[in-house]
Amino acid sequence: MHERFPGLARRLPWLVLALLAAFPLFAPAFGLEYYVGFVRRVLIVAIAATSLNFILGYGGMAALGHAGFIGVGAYTVVALVEAGFSSAWLAWGGAAAVAGLAAAAIGAVSLRTRGVYFIMITLAFAQMLYYLAVSLRTWGGDDGYGIYTPLEMGVWLDGAHAQVFYWVVLAIAALVFALFSRVAHSRYGQALRGIRDNETRMVALGYPVYRLKLAGFVAAGAVAGLAGGLLASHNAFVSPGMMHWTQSALLLVMVMLGGLGRRWGAPLGVALWLTLEEALKMHTDYWHWPLGVLLLLVVFHAPQGVAALLERRAGKEAAR
Amino acid sequence: MDAIFVFEQLLNGLGYGLMLFLIAAGLTLVFGIMDTMNLAHGSLYMAGAYVAARVHEASASFALAVAVAVAVTVAVAAVLEFLVIRRLYRRDHLVQVLATFGIILIADDAVKAIWGVAPLLASTPAALAGPVQLFEGLPYPSYRLLLIGAGLAVALGLYLLVNNTRVGMLVRAGASNRQMAEFMGVRVGAVFAFVFALGAGLAALAGALMAPISSVQIGMGEAILIPALVVIVIGGIGSVRGAFVAALLVGLVDTAGRAFLPPALRAVLPPSVAADLGPALAGIAMYVLMAAVLTLKPAGLFPARG
Amino acid sequence: MQSMKKFAVALALCSAAAAHAADIKVGIALDISGPFAALGAEARDGFELAIEKLGGKLGGQPAEFIRTDFGGNPEQANQLVARYLQRDKIDFFTGPIGSNAALAVGPALFAAKVPYLSANPGPSAYAGEKCSPWFFAQYQNDTYDEAAGKVANEKGYRNVVLIAPNYPAGKDHLNGFKRLYKGAVKDEIYTKLGQIDYAAEIAQIRAAKPDAVFFFLPGAMGINFVKQFVGGGLKDVPLIAPGFSADEDVIQAVGEPMLGVLNTAHWTHDLQNPANAEFVSSFRKKYDGRYPSVYAAMAYDTLMAMDAAVRDAGGKVEDREAVLKALKNPSFKSLRGEFRYGANNFPVQNYYLREVGKDAEGRITNKLVGTTLEQHQDAYVGACKM
Repeated sequence: MHERFPGLARRLPWLVLALLAAFPLFAPAFGLEYYVGFVRRVLIVAIAATSLNFILGYGGMAALGHAGFIGVGAYTVVALVEAGFSSAWLAWGGAAAVAGLAAAAIGAVSLRTRGVYFIMITLAFAQMLYYLAVSLRTWGGDDGYGIYTPLEMGVWLDGAHAQVFYWVVLAIAALVFALFSRVAHSRYGQALRGIRDNETRMVALGYPVYRLKLAGFVAAGAVAGLAGGLLASHNAFVSPGMMHWTQSALLLVMVMLGGLGRRWGAPLGVALWLTLEEALKMHTDYWHWPLGVLLLLVVFHAPQGVAALLERRAGKEAAR
Repeated sequence: MDAIFVFEQLLNGLGYGLMLFLIAAGLTLVFGIMDTMNLAHGSLYMAGAYVAARVHEASASFALAVAVAVAVTVAVAAVLEFLVIRRLYRRDHLVQVLATFGIILIADDAVKAIWGVAPLLASTPAALAGPVQLFEGLPYPSYRLLLIGAGLAVALGLYLLVNNTRVGMLVRAGASNRQMAEFMGVRVGAVFAFVFALGAGLAALAGALMAPISSVQIGMGEAILIPALVVIVIGGIGSVRGAFVAALLVGLVDTAGRAFLPPALRAVLPPSVAADLGPALAGIAMYVLMAAVLTLKPAGLFPARG
Repeated sequence: MQSMKKFAVALALCSAAAAHAADIKVGIALDISGPFAALGAEARDGFELAIEKLGGKLGGQPAEFIRTDFGGNPEQANQLVARYLQRDKIDFFTGPIGSNAALAVGPALFAAKVPYLSANPGPSAYAGEKCSPWFFAQYQNDTYDEAAGKVANEKGYRNVVLIAPNYPAGKDHLNGFKRLYKGAVKDEIYTKLGQIDYAAEIAQIRAAKPDAVFFFLPGAMGINFVKQFVGGGLKDVPLIAPGFSADEDVIQAVGEPMLGVLNTAHWTHDLQNPANAEFVSSFRKKYDGRYPSVYAAMAYDTLMAMDAAVRDAGGKVEDREAVLKALKNPSFKSLRGEFRYGANNFPVQNYYLREVGKDAEGRITNKLVGTTLEQHQDAYVGACKM
């Protein structure tokens, strides 16, 4: 593909972006209004997944508590709403900032461990946050917290309009995606990959390994928090279920399904998983097992994820 | 709060710890020796509980129920090993998480199709239904004593197996240095299949024994999986001894947190604050313990690998 | 499996009928996987029986009943309701078992002016400050506990230990109990959500030597607790519970240890009225002789309420004001007997004491003891301004 259509690989992201941006405009004509909201949710989850893909795929940090940061972001929005603030930008910015702080604290402790221990300690912190949210009475605890008046996005961006919110989410998702793609190929990204592949060597080479990892972890946590803030606006509802460990596991599964450390891995995995889930649930009560079979198929037949599969196919076609 | 009450709570803590050990033992064995993270361990636990509950109901013999549950689960696990797990040994931990998460999804739907979604009836064997008087003023559920006995027996059995048998030697060799063991001509495949079956048998035993005191329903495996993982991580992955110590530690901390923390807080804090804080802290005691242990010892209490 | 097949057939029939353009559409969010799966499956059976009985129609008009599982996850419930509203353009909504899902989906439904007839939860928010003309409840969450508090008085219990999971709903339920209970509260124990082992709490209860224990522990937690409570030798300490901690799902899973548990609800399967007798016998015929739970009864009642409302509104579901008016003045024969809606659309109705015992065939089940609260209204109605 690269050889035959030299420009396509470069233009494809812009094409996708343009299509996504135009979607709310032509959706009503085809009776697809509902799917505007659906795509918006996919985009928000993709933001969180992209941040996880960054630390996991490029940094080798297998965090099983990423939903915890999503939850911290969402509850930051709740706290600000409860305190009487109504600016969306303040809420989302606050969500990212507080989640970043939480990630700094959790990362500082967790990054001393490795491998499965890292998986488990991140899970432990997320579970602590979960139980904290369950028992917090002021924010609804297990019953959750409804955000009854939509947040305001500014004078010319009316928060009540679903389409405007869609474009805002799309812009943020595109920015996050571009940013992480760029950082992954920067010197910092290369250092991270070096740590992933051989941490001892990087230490020997004099890299401040711990600090580099922590920086990545904090950035990913902040972005996950941002996604949590957006999700709070999207659902107009926040509940502790958002940060249950199964949600962290699902995020991990979606990233791996798409392709770990692949540029398109996270958004592809999220889109595929959520679409399948939605479609299966419409047709059967037994909608879990086909997803399980899919995971096994990926493990054995597309171990690098769907993104790699597509890349390989594209490569084969180009060679033909 | 008198001495008997404190003693009873300690006993409760040990009992809960040994229950956790029953589940964690198989998990740590598979994890430590095969370096395989098997999230579906919880599903095997569920399978054991379901089969035991059905057989117990049909035959009225609890011993038979436990035996059948272990046999059926080991058979299922053998098929699972042959079809899936065998191909995961050399893969990355995350890939193993992905695949075994897939198995959980399939197992939950399979149980739903076979037995429905309503929780199953699983009664305590009649002879052990009531309490026994341990001493004056302390009745103790006799079924829990059985669980404590089973936990200790499994611990002893595994200790002997690992330290005194040829299989155990291979197991230790595999756990400490798999490549070296393979160089030395150990038939790792056969050892692994055996260990996986053993782990599944332990999971089924745990499920069958826990069924009379817990709800037999879909999701029970996932609910117990997290405490079991916490136990093996605190203990040091792959170390049976570590899992034993950690299980008792988690059992004691969790029970003590629930029994003593709320009243203690009530004594020092205003009632409304204490009422909110006490149960919340007790609920996360296990995770705080794990985070603390890993902060001090990043590879658990008894690291099995160098 | 047999019932699954029948369900599939019913579903196929429904979708065949769906070809008709002017069908009335009912969105049903099911809880058949996730934390409330057992209760959700009961509700599904109740819906199914009602659809059969109504011949797939509402008020004599062809109707489509869209049923989708959302796994007990409020976020997914939210997503599902968005689909029902925007894609399927439903006329009625019902289904979720959990209060959290009900609270998550409410605002969108109320804004879209779609009547939400709850088939189970009656959260205090919707009874009071956040009440809405579009929400109709079967009961208010705390009313079961209020009835249980009165039962404790009548039985002469002076010292009661209360136990519930540590989340706000748990505290609401215990507060509900204390509202009418006049004796002393010996201890209030809050446990971890999803707890498996209750030995520490049971030891505390034994040390407190109470006259009775009131427990609100839904689902698996209640099953774990009662099994261990009886095994711990506290068989002689009476247990009191709101109906959902001692309904068919729990009874059938716990068995003998449940005998004697006192519990309160606004309905029981041996309640004497013709509609209920017919419902119970057709339910038992369809589902292998098992007794319906309160969840099945409420699901059935919900669709009957819709049926009557469509008929009373002259079949014009587009006229939402007329539908609301008809819903507010129900003309159907409810399984619970006489009731009316209060100002907040929460019912004013009787609450009954049930005791777990054995029926004529030796099957363990709830038995009606008597009426505890007559035409009782919830405590939040004063806070509702609508």
